[in-house]
Amino acid sequence: MILNASGCLDALTAPRVARSLDAFVAKTITPEPRPGNAQPRLAESDFGLLNSIGLQNPGLDVFYAEVLPLLEELEMPLWISVGGSNAADYARICERIGERDSVDVLELNLSCPNVDPAAAGAAEIVAACRAVSGKPLYAKLSPQLPDIAEVATGVIEAGASGLSLVNSLRGLVLDEWTLEPRLARAVGGYSGAALRPVALAAVFSCYEATKGTVPIVGMGGVQSGKHALDLIAAGASAVALGSVLFGDLEAPERVRSELEEEARARGFERPSEARGAAHQPFAA
Amino acid sequence: MASPRRESRRISGSERIGMYTLLRLERGGLEPGLPGQFFMLDVPGHIVPRPFSICLAEKGELAFLVNPVGPATRELCELKRGQTIGLFGPLGNGFRTDVERPLLVGGGIGIAPFPYAAQIMGNPPIVLGFRTRRQAEAAKLIPRAEVCIEPQLVTELIPEGPIDVLACGPEPMLHAVRALAPDAQLAWEAPMACGFGACYGCVVEFEGKSRRLCVEGPVLNGRPPVLPLIDDQEEEEAGS
Ligand SMILES: Cc1cc2nc3c(=O)[nH]c(=O)nc-3n(C[C@H](O)[C@H](O)[C@H](O)COP(=O)(O)OP(=O)(O)OC[C@H]3O[C@@H](n4cnc5c(N)ncnc54)[C@H](O)[C@@H]3O)c2cc1C
Ligand SMILES: Cc1cc2nc3c(=O)[nH]c(=O)nc-3n(C[C@H](O)[C@H](O)[C@H](O)COP(=O)(O)O)c2cc1C
Ligand code: FES
Repeated sequence: MILNASGCLDALTAPRVARSLDAFVAKTITPEPRPGNAQPRLAESDFGLLNSIGLQNPGLDVFYAEVLPLLEELEMPLWISVGGSNAADYARICERIGERDSVDVLELNLSCPNVDPAAAGAAEIVAACRAVSGKPLYAKLSPQLPDIAEVATGVIEAGASGLSLVNSLRGLVLDEWTLEPRLARAVGGYSGAALRPVALAAVFSCYEATKGTVPIVGMGGVQSGKHALDLIAAGASAVALGSVLFGDLEAPERVRSELEEEARARGFERPSEARGAAHQPFAA
Repeated sequence: MASPRRESRRISGSERIGMYTLLRLERGGLEPGLPGQFFMLDVPGHIVPRPFSICLAEKGELAFLVNPVGPATRELCELKRGQTIGLFGPLGNGFRTDVERPLLVGGGIGIAPFPYAAQIMGNPPIVLGFRTRRQAEAAKLIPRAEVCIEPQLVTELIPEGPIDVLACGPEPMLHAVRALAPDAQLAWEAPMACGFGACYGCVVEFEGKSRRLCVEGPVLNGRPPVLPLIDDQEEEEAGS
């Protein structure tokens, strides 16, 4: 299964790209509208892209009344990414959005590097959302957690159905002459190729900690089918494409067919058969 | 309006014009779009593409004027005839060119969209401002333009009375133009990663509303945006 990473595609400006995915993941919404951060919000660095968008979104009410109906017209599986600053914020969105049949999954963004971290613990947020919605809940975690596997088992115990791994890393880029930060907020989220080994390690240890029993969406620097296969081998059951989409609208189809080829070349009839292959030496 | 397409094109020429480089590409079947629209250019060795205004669209060609301000733009200025480059466009909303009393106002590299605009509009009056004599060499792309160099400011060349201004240049210039001509069509800039509304990197606040420049701009007060940008239609058109 190939998805987009939240915040890396707008299905309303590029429906053709959205339809080439197995599900569309919307950009994180929060209870109130957020104007996002000041310009500049983007700067390229070696091996990756630094962003500080600041979870710009129209807020729950406008999203529900104006955006969601348009997304529903795409007639494809929808994942809605949920943000907030406390457990009640997340629960409020899950309760409201969770009513809609069109929504397959609620992804809880517990990890945006561009807003102040939610005060509540990840497990507490998941429990609050579980209490108000029967929908599948995916917890999206930061690769900067000191022990991501421990948090992963915690959110699963609290009622999460799956994991989305990983969000971007905190990074900084300086202007080449003035040596001042390039982004207005100085520090931003670092995504792209540099994240690949970090994402692999996160997926690997969370798969191990949950004994392969929960679905995991792997993401971070995926640019090719081989990158996707690596994440699946580490334990991902689906793969999401993020920054790669900015420069390559054909990435979903290309990665899908490369993935099938790469899997076959290694003796797997389907990519899904490679899930967890990285763990076999330890399983024995 | 032309649907954006991603294509690979051969560089047919690259010439220094003072500080800037005019990069000419073979156009093939690519639509040049409207003045003020832009293309995302893939720069070798860089992760995200970079936006550039359509500068010239002579027969069989598409040209961009590049100001080397950082790693990617310096790289583009070094590309040689015969090399190929990926590009995606035309994107964004261009200028309304069917205005009654046009005046084109460019500052520095903000001259970029105007050679093409002048061609389409039948040589309207143009004023250009530059910081240095070397920058001002770019004015030769528009031979009939009135040119000034700092300390004289381009806004001093804007006549009084009713005019329809199309402007492109640094932000302080755009604000000054707007103070003189409140209805001016202004081409804004912000760093972009995608050019089609996906990343929210290019959002600016204009008249109390936040706008993605790649979707609602880069020309604000210009043509209304057309959505969606990347739809199935595109395939049909491309295939036909
Ligand atoms: C719609 C649009 C059309 C453009 N048309 C042209 C053109 O015709 N010719 C041309 O030379 N340039 C044009 N630009 C600007 C050009 O895209 C940037 O200069 C380029 O992306 C910088 O890349 P770099 O790696 O060389 O520099 P970087 O290292 O990315 O940046 C160098 C410096 O420029 C600033 N910067 C980067 N991108 C922008 C931007 N888009 N707006 C304002 N400041 C920025 C950075 O903050 C930094 O201080 C256009 C930009 C937009 C949004
Ligand atoms: C411009 C941009 C905006 C993003 N916005 C969000 C967001 O709103 N919510 C979220 O959960 N993740 C967001 N992300 C993180 C991505 O979903 C993804 O986790 C991260 O970019 C790693 O994947 P990649 O390396 O393939 O880009 C954003 C990333 C980028 C580059
Ligand atoms: S450049 Fe990505 S949204 Fe405008």
